[in-house]
Amino acid sequence: MTQNANEDVIMTNTYEIEAGNFTLAGEAASNIKKLLRQLGIEAKIVRRVAIAAYETEINMVIHSVGGTMKLEITPREIILKARDRGPGIEDIELAMKEGYSTATELARELGFGAGMGLPNIKRCSDKLHLQSELGQGTYLEAKFFL
Amino acid sequence: MKISDIVNNLPGKVVTGEEFLDREIKTAYCGDLLSRVMAHGPQNGLWITVQTHTNVIAVATLLEMACVIIPEDIPIDENTIEKAVEEEIVLISSPLSAFQLAGKLYEMGIGRDQ
Repeated sequence: MTQNANEDVIMTNTYEIEAGNFTLAGEAASNIKKLLRQLGIEAKIVRRVAIAAYETEINMVIHSVGGTMKLEITPREIILKARDRGPGIEDIELAMKEGYSTATELARELGFGAGMGLPNIKRCSDKLHLQSELGQGTYLEAKFFL
Repeated sequence: MKISDIVNNLPGKVVTGEEFLDREIKTAYCGDLLSRVMAHGPQNGLWITVQTHTNVIAVATLLEMACVIIPEDIPIDENTIEKAVEEEIVLISSPLSAFQLAGKLYEMGIGRDQ
């Protein structure tokens, strides 16, 4: 994370994401959406951020051992930063491929695990950065230009 | 077409959102894989899904869907009903299958100009 980029952050909010909790899943994204609407952000952008935030949150619930999702708003962009505590993605290129999923049977029964989470995040964001280390965790940063 | 027109022409019952039946519906989407719905679900549209857990309402809310129809009289989780009330989503339960629902809605003119 670069320090100088944070200087003009107008607002920031951090959400704890609990692994495996499908009932709570979606709460953070809903909260982010309401916040952006209150701030008067253009509806089309709100929708894109909301979809990306939802997919990020669900990914963390299904695949990670938990982590945090942070929303940053600057005069020029909205940034979604998600960091989990593991287990990390083995092959990012494969994970980005539409239809590829490592979701559990339970997650699939609930309608998750379509293999479209990361592709949806990429499609909705203007810039996506994803880094992951096995055993360490994953860091995702998605930017939306205002 | 208003949701009330749809309700009057389909077997089923309004589970939540009785007060929002004057919402206009132009198009609809059918699907049970949530990410696929996230990618293609229409704004202000109607969504038919066999999923009944709370994330259905999360997806519907995030996409600003006007209405969700659960086919085949599938029992709906209590949490989902509470969440639908909270998020002001019209939730409808119908004995028809997703296929039959989609067919009837299309006959009514929903989604024809897509």
